[in-house]
Amino acid sequence: MINTLRHLLRRLTDPIDPPLMALAAILLGISVLVLGSASPDRLGAQCINVLAALVVMRMAAQIPPQRLMRLALPIYIVGLTLLLAVMEFGEVSKGARRWLNLGVMRIQPSEVMKIAMPLMLAWYFHKREPLIRLRDYCIAVLLLLAPVVLIAKQPDLGTAILVLAAGFFVIFFAGLPWKIILGLVAAVAAAAPMAWTVMHDYQRARILTLLDPEADPLGKGFHIIQSTIAIGSGGIFGKGWGQGTQAQLDFLPERHTDFIFAVISEEFGLLGNLVLLTVYALLIGRGLMIAANAPTLFTRLLAGSITLIFFTYAFVNMGMVSGILPVVGVPLPFISYGGTALVTLFLGIGILMSIHKHRMLVQK
Amino acid sequence: MEFTNPQESLEHFRRRLGIAGGFVLFCFGLLILRFLWLQVVQHSYYQTRAEDNRISLVPVVPNRGLILDRNGVVLAHNYSAYTLEIMPSRAGNLESVIDQLAEIIEIQPKDRKRFRKLLDESKNFESLPIRTRLSDEEVAKFTAHRYRFPGVDIKARLFRQYPMGALASHLLGYIGRVTDQDNDKIEDQNQEDNYRGTDHFGKSGLEQHYEFDLHGRTGFEQVEVDAGGRAVRTLASTPPTPGNNLTLTIDAKLQEIAEKAFGDRKGALVAIEPSTGGVLALVSVPNYDPNLFVDGIDSSNWDQLNTSPDKPMINRALNGAYPPGSTFKPYMALAALQYGKRRPEQTIFDPGYFMFGGHQFHDDKKGGHGTVDMYKSLVVSCDTYYYMLANDLGIDNISNFMRQFGFGQRSGIDIEGESEGTLPSQEWKRKRFKNSGQQKWYAGETISVGIGQGYNAYTPMQLAIAVTALANNGVRVRPHLVKSIADGRTGQSVPVELQPFNSIPLKPENLEVIRNAMIGVNKEGTGARAFAGAEYVSAGKTGTAQVYSLKGEKYTEGSVKQHLRDHALFIAFAPADKPTIALAVLVENGGFGAQAAAPIARQVFDYYLLGKLPKEPAPTDEQAVEDDQ
Repeated sequence: MINTLRHLLRRLTDPIDPPLMALAAILLGISVLVLGSASPDRLGAQCINVLAALVVMRMAAQIPPQRLMRLALPIYIVGLTLLLAVMEFGEVSKGARRWLNLGVMRIQPSEVMKIAMPLMLAWYFHKREPLIRLRDYCIAVLLLLAPVVLIAKQPDLGTAILVLAAGFFVIFFAGLPWKIILGLVAAVAAAAPMAWTVMHDYQRARILTLLDPEADPLGKGFHIIQSTIAIGSGGIFGKGWGQGTQAQLDFLPERHTDFIFAVISEEFGLLGNLVLLTVYALLIGRGLMIAANAPTLFTRLLAGSITLIFFTYAFVNMGMVSGILPVVGVPLPFISYGGTALVTLFLGIGILMSIHKHRMLVQK
Repeated sequence: MEFTNPQESLEHFRRRLGIAGGFVLFCFGLLILRFLWLQVVQHSYYQTRAEDNRISLVPVVPNRGLILDRNGVVLAHNYSAYTLEIMPSRAGNLESVIDQLAEIIEIQPKDRKRFRKLLDESKNFESLPIRTRLSDEEVAKFTAHRYRFPGVDIKARLFRQYPMGALASHLLGYIGRVTDQDNDKIEDQNQEDNYRGTDHFGKSGLEQHYEFDLHGRTGFEQVEVDAGGRAVRTLASTPPTPGNNLTLTIDAKLQEIAEKAFGDRKGALVAIEPSTGGVLALVSVPNYDPNLFVDGIDSSNWDQLNTSPDKPMINRALNGAYPPGSTFKPYMALAALQYGKRRPEQTIFDPGYFMFGGHQFHDDKKGGHGTVDMYKSLVVSCDTYYYMLANDLGIDNISNFMRQFGFGQRSGIDIEGESEGTLPSQEWKRKRFKNSGQQKWYAGETISVGIGQGYNAYTPMQLAIAVTALANNGVRVRPHLVKSIADGRTGQSVPVELQPFNSIPLKPENLEVIRNAMIGVNKEGTGARAFAGAEYVSAGKTGTAQVYSLKGEKYTEGSVKQHLRDHALFIAFAPADKPTIALAVLVENGGFGAQAAAPIARQVFDYYLLGKLPKEPAPTDEQAVEDDQ
């Protein structure tokens, strides 16, 4: 009897990578702690989100990379089709067309692309091995830009940036020559003024706000001013759990979602921030280690890209909340309230675990 | 890119991973620098900003001082009521907020109109009432929905109330919301801090003159507020000090009797206590209900008050200037005695007119009064006597003498905006007219000045001060309305210091002649009917002031339109030997002074001296004979 149970437990935990799981668990613990201060009412709902995300992770960890590879192209095509469908039939909410109502549930196809994108490109480069030509990079860029443009037009700048980053990481790891990378950087710098003209007003306002938040202290600059006040007033040791006046007295907007980092900074101070950064760094380090030991090009590219998505989430979010990046809708990974991002992130964790677990099997 | 050797490919990939890892650390390093900057270097700055966000100094408006009559009857006080207020800068779209509020609490179109008016006049961060005087039920209803309305809150406010309604409205004045002009006054007095949170200010009358006494000292509460501006808890507080209470010289009951005595006629009455200069009653009718102004008057009431032909907003006692008519004659007679132009027993013959420069100045009595001495000239109010006298005295003697009694000068009473009136003289005419042809004074113009007509124009207040000086053996008082001011905190009452009186150099025997003649007026002359059966001896003088000059026609009341009818006047004091009250009455378009004005004075005296309450407004005595103009 006990043996059967132990066996079951082993089967259940078998594909789970202990270091990765431990780091993710620490982040979830921080999330629960901070939400308990910033928005206790949402704690219950977030626990359900966490359970759902863990189930998804466990399932993903089970899927062998070969099967993932077979799924790459179909998922990408379905994702792209859904994005086109959003353009046509999507529901408008808060001025953006992001959701697709399928009758039984509402889905956000752009979210699918965060994983579908690196899957697709990793598959593509894997197929091209061992000879990857310049033409392949060009095709990869086109495969990348199609969904990114669709997402940016919804408009959903945050997701577009994440998908773009995810795809770019794959292309970078696939060995994009440095000459081209530097050329791209130069081209982006040159295209910036043009991008300015096609941007939505609110997107421009966010960039202007970043440059000078005090110009409009009650309007668009309000979020950034209040979050920098929260961070700065936290000092080295913070004001203590539940003691952040900016957070508790409603001065911080979106304090349970995109601006939750300001709550951490205010209540736990610089020390809290350093702990958080350390955990993220370790998580990313573990991810890169898995990538380094991955057996095939597909798994390497996929693992590297997924790991750097975690970094992108974290850096863009903390950068915007502390006022060094423009405000785009990117949550703090594993910590912000909300189920969608959490499921996506744990799907990524699950894939990393699968790659790690199956590294030997493939080599044989 | 081509890798022939898988090992080489792996190496290359691992190098890129290393670069990515370095990039990650570099970016995290940037974040750490940013955190160090915000949380260590700039920490105290942001600490202060967070505290400024959190802590708000909320002014606690003091109770406005009460206004009481000389016997302690409350004329103005405060009551507490709940208002629903919106802070426009925090509420978002006002229209939709108000629409949503209207689903919970009744908001009438006039409330919206008033709010809009207040919004136009207001500064940025002011909280403005959308509804006043909420019921307990409404307060409970809103409280349940409060979370839906950032920037909207219930406040307990004190409202000014005038429990006697329109009584004495012109002297009490009223308060209204603070305007830019009021703010200038507040700045002049360096009271900006003390007026933080105050939204009402005295606009007229005593409320205006004693604004800074009545206001009190604002208290402050240090409160923790949330982003919606709502107080979460109080950290520290300094309580407010209530405003000072004013005790008036006014006798509210006397004021009421005087106001009622006018019935529905227009006019003014000023009654003064001769020994102190304290004003016992100051009437201007019609008046208005100052309670209308407290919440912000709505436009229909405002238009009605301002466009009414009866002009209820004008304080006739201080701002109306009227020819004194024959009430001027006692001072003319006194001037004659002082200048030695007449002896009391010296007589003239009155044929019914006075010829001057080929022009006939009519006496009101056809055929004249015959032989007239000074006593008779006052008792029967003989015009011819005064035409001649004016001519003998000359305009500058007249104006120099009259000035001593306060004619043509502001009385200095404690209400703003008093009129100066007109005391004619050669110099006055030079200044008054620009055209050099009109600047010259003609001797013929002096003649009508002698009977209180011509350029003469005085406020009822000035008439009352002058008659008080007669009652007072020539001592001219400074009229005042506030008797004492009681400290809002200690309750300690300090009497208002009396201004030094002016003693007019008059010979007592001359004064005696005039007083005796004025007693005669009420005993056997033009005032006799009004004072028939009085249980005290009074002295008086009737007057009738022409509004409309008839060209050769005989004045008959019926044929002249109401607003062109003569003004009725009466000046008097009583008891004659030791006066305790002196007054001037004016009834606009009332006709003869004896008919309309004297009966009002009788009711006021009867109450003040005997405590007798009148049964009805003073009658117009159609039978009263009036020989003067």
